[in-house]
Amino acid sequence: MAEPLIVARQLVRQFRSGGGFLARPATMLAVRGVSLTVARGEVVGIVGESGCGKSTLARLILRLIAPTSGQVLFDGIDLGRLGKREMRQVRKRMTMVFQDPYSSLDPRYTLSDVLSEPFAVHGEAPPPGRIAALLDQVGLARDMGGSYPHQLSGGQRQRAGIARALARSPELIVLDEPTASLDVSIQAQVIDLLSSLRRDLGLTYLFISHDLGLVRYFCDRIVVMYLGAVVEVMPAAGSMPRHPYTRALIDSTFAPDPGKRRKLEALTGEIPSAFNLPPGCAFAARCPRASERCRREAPDLQSPDGHAVACFHPIEEGASA
Amino acid sequence: MSLPRSLSPLGRAMATPLGGLAGGWLILVILAAVLAPVLTPYDYDIQNLPQSFRAPDAEHWLGTDEFGRDLLTRILFGARTSLSVAVTSILISVAAGMILGALAGYLGGRFDRIVTTLVDLTWSFPEILVALILVAIIGPGATGTMVAIAVAYLAQFTRLTRAQVMAIRAETYVEAARSLGASDAHILIRHLIPNALAPVLVTAMLSTGDAIILEATLGFFGLGAQPPVPSWGSMMSSGSALLFKAPWIIIFPGLAVAAAVIAINVFGGALIAALDVRSRPREG
Amino acid sequence: MLLSVEDLSVHIGVINPLSDLSFGVDRGQILGLVGESGSGKSLTAMAVMGLLPLIGGRISAGRILFDGTDLAKLPEAALRGYRGRRIALVTQNPMTALDPVVRVGRQVDVMGRMHLGLSADEARRRTIELLTRLRIPEAQAVCEAYPHQLSGGMKQRIVIAIALAGEPDLIVADEPTTALDVTVQAQIIHLLGELVRDRGLGMLLITHDMGVVAQVCDQVAVLYAGRLAESRPAEALFEHPLHPYTSALIGCIPRDGMAPGSLHGIAGAVPSVARYPAGCRFHPRCPRAGEICARQTPELTELTGAGRLACHFPLEGTHG
Repeated sequence: MAEPLIVARQLVRQFRSGGGFLARPATMLAVRGVSLTVARGEVVGIVGESGCGKSTLARLILRLIAPTSGQVLFDGIDLGRLGKREMRQVRKRMTMVFQDPYSSLDPRYTLSDVLSEPFAVHGEAPPPGRIAALLDQVGLARDMGGSYPHQLSGGQRQRAGIARALARSPELIVLDEPTASLDVSIQAQVIDLLSSLRRDLGLTYLFISHDLGLVRYFCDRIVVMYLGAVVEVMPAAGSMPRHPYTRALIDSTFAPDPGKRRKLEALTGEIPSAFNLPPGCAFAARCPRASERCRREAPDLQSPDGHAVACFHPIEEGASA
Repeated sequence: MSLPRSLSPLGRAMATPLGGLAGGWLILVILAAVLAPVLTPYDYDIQNLPQSFRAPDAEHWLGTDEFGRDLLTRILFGARTSLSVAVTSILISVAAGMILGALAGYLGGRFDRIVTTLVDLTWSFPEILVALILVAIIGPGATGTMVAIAVAYLAQFTRLTRAQVMAIRAETYVEAARSLGASDAHILIRHLIPNALAPVLVTAMLSTGDAIILEATLGFFGLGAQPPVPSWGSMMSSGSALLFKAPWIIIFPGLAVAAAVIAINVFGGALIAALDVRSRPREG
Repeated sequence: MLLSVEDLSVHIGVINPLSDLSFGVDRGQILGLVGESGSGKSLTAMAVMGLLPLIGGRISAGRILFDGTDLAKLPEAALRGYRGRRIALVTQNPMTALDPVVRVGRQVDVMGRMHLGLSADEARRRTIELLTRLRIPEAQAVCEAYPHQLSGGMKQRIVIAIALAGEPDLIVADEPTTALDVTVQAQIIHLLGELVRDRGLGMLLITHDMGVVAQVCDQVAVLYAGRLAESRPAEALFEHPLHPYTSALIGCIPRDGMAPGSLHGIAGAVPSVARYPAGCRFHPRCPRAGEICARQTPELTELTGAGRLACHFPLEGTHG
């Protein structure tokens, strides 16, 4: 593997919530000891359902929020040791595209303002022609520079968000569910655009999504999260799942083919609250393979052959689930 | 609606029928106040006792007061005091309130708690009471009135700005700016304040109406601008004793206050609609 | 046919967001109504529920035959006897569909008491029965909970229970799983499928997700910009889509083993009602569009097998 662009070590993030006059604040572990490596030029997918900590992990890696403990190295630089000013400089090299194309653009900014902002925040002006070039790159018409966000469609807004992330020619772009609020036809357009940008510009992506089907199509390597922890790292998009939760996620994704109707091995129950985690494996309560041990003891992430899984009873290769 | 996009919010507010009427009246009043010395042949402060208590006629359109001074002249000059005190005090109040509110909302923590507590303290008293106490401390006169009104409305603008800033701070575009390396100052100046501005300006506009009434009230109590400088409030005060003998002395300044306040409220309403970016037409 | 919509057109003021829509739903069957946002799916649901006046709309032409009665001609008072009782609605967002200050058990009870004239005790017994059938564990305890104490999936089950409590014949489900997590979505979709087959209900399932349609629907109606593009049995439609739009929509969904770069969107976007193009409304985005498509609206024709199609250049020659 080439020199990693991102190394995250044992990231933990705790949130406090509630608490007031008489109430004791509750604490929640949104991210529980996640380690992750992203190589230059790689597209790593982080997949999981709501509350699994994937968005928090994304923000920890970009240091938009500080970890409770743990470390992030970006290109060998320990982000936790940087001062405010140095951190702002690093932000030119790593950017983010957000889920909601509506609230991620200031309603008072024209498209040109939006694309100038990555320069303006550093007290600079965009180089001549840069804004037109960015509009070209994401497939927006050059004469749209004067448009306000409310005059654009959802797909156009998300293209603007991508152009903003590209403005300073970053090395890493974190994509936080960039297509979750879009129609499928537009989702496919945006994924297409992201693929070609990656090819042309040699970008590294961290792609956050709840849609395993999409992640398997788009990503080189897939990290599956459940309740704040990594349960499986699939070394290739086509890898067979080993963790029962990953299997359940795949089973819950419907192919557009009535011939492939799934007899759902019904995954019962729902995700437990992160405020009140069970002592053993967090998935044990819903898991068809869970044993006594799973309810007592939490399995570690183990990777004998580059395909890591945190499970006492992983699904064997070739065995049908 | 097919209004040209280039118009400013003020222009777009003027372009609506009611907004135009209200705005037109306000412009007329301001012009009249500015041009008062040219518009009228009389002096506002020279007593002319033989002419006192004249009912409105061709010579004195609105009649004369107990000292024989032309009432229209005094209303025109009174507009200078009333409007400038009200507008200046609201401007001071808005500026201070926005700075306090934006910092409290953005920084949070101890600063926010101190500001919020102080503001809530003044908020729990009626504006008139706050103003009366302050005038009592500073002393009557135009300056005292101005400061008193500014402080009386400070709580409102601080709270409003703080609430706006806290809501906007949670918007994704603020996080996006931070992810690009924006400093706190950039976020405050380029995102939070511009987006919080519209509702604050509209409230300021509407509060100017209240401030005119508050200034008139202080004047009515004899705490505003001191004689012989006329203000609408002090004119009504002297007219109140002569309500039945010469009702026009109190009615016309009262109408001037009412018309100005109504016009400000109507125009404020039109401005609310015009300030919304989303009301601008879509383009193809 | 339980529900038969014939040549339905809807007007809101002078605009005409929906025209010449026809489809039918049988008992024990799920009809999937698919399309992107702005295609008129939710408007169709509102028309069937008789709720158009809420948004200032009206049915300007066509019939909505439900069990032989034309709902389009019924006055509001008569429609109320159908709504909730014989036709029930399951909405997209379970967070806003429930009353936050009423215990969920009572919200289900009230349907049985109002529509079936049950006593309080009978209604509660049925509620618990219903919740148990919807695989809600500890139904009795759940009845005493307030909505905010329940998870999203649980809330959506309560919304479905409310819909079923009046023993309706037809359920209109408007994106019932869009707000839910994928594993929960799978559970709910299967539950809905089971209910329809076991109880002989008809269901109109409105969704943008071709995967969900393929999973549970018997019939599919594809809507584009307020017009029907294609309406056929699900298996046939997915096997050999005839309308280029249907084919493109299916192609937008990533499948296992798809080669990188083989996922293609549909260029452009659904036009807004004010900007519907002349001719076939899909022609500006259509790879097969010919010169006639810009001029002439393709007529909705019955297919020899089963179903309907509106296209000048369908993908296969079974047309007409």
